[in-house]
Amino acid sequence: MELVLTTHFGNERYRFAETYEQLGGYGALRKALSMPKEEIVAEVRKANLRGRGGAGFPAGVKWGFLPKDLSRPRILVINADEGEPGTFKDRLIMTRGPHLLIEGIAITCYALEAHTCYVYIRGEFVREAEIVQEAIDEATAKGYLGKGILGTGFDLEVTVHLGAGAYICGEETSLINSLEGKRGWPRVKPPFPASVGAFGLPTIVNNVETIADIPWIVTHGGEKFASLGVEKDGGTRLICVSGPVKKPGVYELPVGTSLRSIIYEHAGGLRDGKALKAVIPGGSSTPVLRADEIDVGFDIESMQKIGTMAGSGGVIVIPEGTCMVRALSVLMNFYAHESCGQCTPCREGCGWLAKVLHRIENGQGRNGDVELILEVCDNMLGRTICPLADAAVMPAQSFIWKFREEFDGHLREKKCPYGNRF
Amino acid sequence: MSLAFSEDTRARHERMLARYPNREAAILPTLHLAQREFGHLSAEAIAYVASLLGFTPARVEGVATFYTMYNRKPVGKYHLQVCRNLSCSLMGAEHLIEHVAGRLGVRPGETTADGKFTLSTVECLGSCGTAPVMQVNDDYYEDLSEDKVDAILDGLR
Ligand SMILES: Cc1cc2nc3c(=O)[nH]c(=O)nc-3n(C[C@H](O)[C@H](O)[C@H](O)COP(=O)(O)O)c2cc1C
Ligand code: FES
Repeated sequence: MELVLTTHFGNERYRFAETYEQLGGYGALRKALSMPKEEIVAEVRKANLRGRGGAGFPAGVKWGFLPKDLSRPRILVINADEGEPGTFKDRLIMTRGPHLLIEGIAITCYALEAHTCYVYIRGEFVREAEIVQEAIDEATAKGYLGKGILGTGFDLEVTVHLGAGAYICGEETSLINSLEGKRGWPRVKPPFPASVGAFGLPTIVNNVETIADIPWIVTHGGEKFASLGVEKDGGTRLICVSGPVKKPGVYELPVGTSLRSIIYEHAGGLRDGKALKAVIPGGSSTPVLRADEIDVGFDIESMQKIGTMAGSGGVIVIPEGTCMVRALSVLMNFYAHESCGQCTPCREGCGWLAKVLHRIENGQGRNGDVELILEVCDNMLGRTICPLADAAVMPAQSFIWKFREEFDGHLREKKCPYGNRF
Repeated sequence: MSLAFSEDTRARHERMLARYPNREAAILPTLHLAQREFGHLSAEAIAYVASLLGFTPARVEGVATFYTMYNRKPVGKYHLQVCRNLSCSLMGAEHLIEHVAGRLGVRPGETTADGKFTLSTVECLGSCGTAPVMQVNDDYYEDLSEDKVDAILDGLR
């Protein structure tokens, strides 16, 4: 099986420039520097590389939204906020293969004529940020970053910027505000970051994994990358599997690999002979699937067809015996905690969802509470500046639609049939 | 006594300022430096950061209070932050939190009387494949069990 990213992740020295170079690293940058810039962008378009941060927007298309005139400097921002519950892949790239990210940054900045890049890393990732900084320093010393990279006239400065604990700062316009030293409130779009982004300048925001794929695309060509995946969704993806499976972890798999084989072959199936009850496939914000819905390819369109999303590749496996009301309650506490408070439907709605679920779970639910939750969801969906409200609604609705009996059971019995804990 | 950065931190701060087009963008990194230097962000620390960058304390405070990692109150020598999100919960985080709370005799949000440990619950730490997870100051401890946590706490005396 062809791997794009993780081939050498088992090698502990791969995170150092010297080993990375010995294994062919920075060859793609040399090649890119000899290519016309438009050709690099064209290869990325051909690759059908869809953003790995959650929204799945085609990277090459997004890059095309930059204004044509070069009078205003452009900025590349790497989204290393990795906040979506269930997702832990960018951390792996940053610790095992930071030079893949850096080489991707150098190529992308060259192609987009951006001389400044900020890597926005979630504040908790102190050690990860140290490793990335060390790799930046090495790359600068070797001439891959800094003034006149590899003897060209191209200057590139890369700065690590730490977040400070806020899920919302993973949303790209919130991230930009946070980078600018403001509260992490999302911005109204348009204008889109590509025209008015960080510091008022044209800005492209891409996820760590998206950019780490770029060197391979330059080396092997966009068509080859596209052919690894499915139509309109190329390459491999880092799939994160968590929950009580035998082998939780990150698996690099061709886009379109079946969810069943991800859980049962790659992650080894469930522990302790447990049966599968449900799966959240793409991070906590994506609609839940029942155990009988996992014969689906892990790609953006196949997931969409069955009413969920590939999201950020965070597969959360939920075993039989789990109280779905409690599981949803945990998630709604998260969204209530993380709503930035800017839009009323989200601020109030997330709070209500958490509160009502809490009382249902604790046997104090009232008749009509389930309908109340669904009504609150209707009043949130699509009515806010950013999709955090939708991100809370999607699990809430899908948990109720697919496991309604458990909610009703709590109301009927006035207690949690599972004993009120995990 | 008024707060001030050490020589070292001052030099780091200067280098950091050069990476940004304006002083506003330096607010978050400067707050991080201040928290490291002063332990937590007291009103005095906020005022110091504000004066360094040329903003009003209210402006800096408005930013600091938005982000959960900035501690406005003192925390213990070891800040134990146990993840309570779904993947960790499925792997026993609730029990783990109770265990740590019982052992230290504090509830989440509290600090032990000797000032050694503050216990907090936090949202997903981005390490769900090695759940349950706890962050202690800058380091992650993963694949935790009660025995493992006991050994870790014993080592942090
Ligand atoms: C609430 C919220 C949280 C998000 N968190 C992240 C995140 O942690 N990391 C990330 O890369 N994208 C995150 N995104 C998606 C970004 O807004 C954006 O789509 C992405 O960074 C674009 O990069 P990509 O096209 O390479 O995926 C989040 C979006 C929302 C609405
Ligand atoms: S749920 Fe605990 S680290 Fe993600």
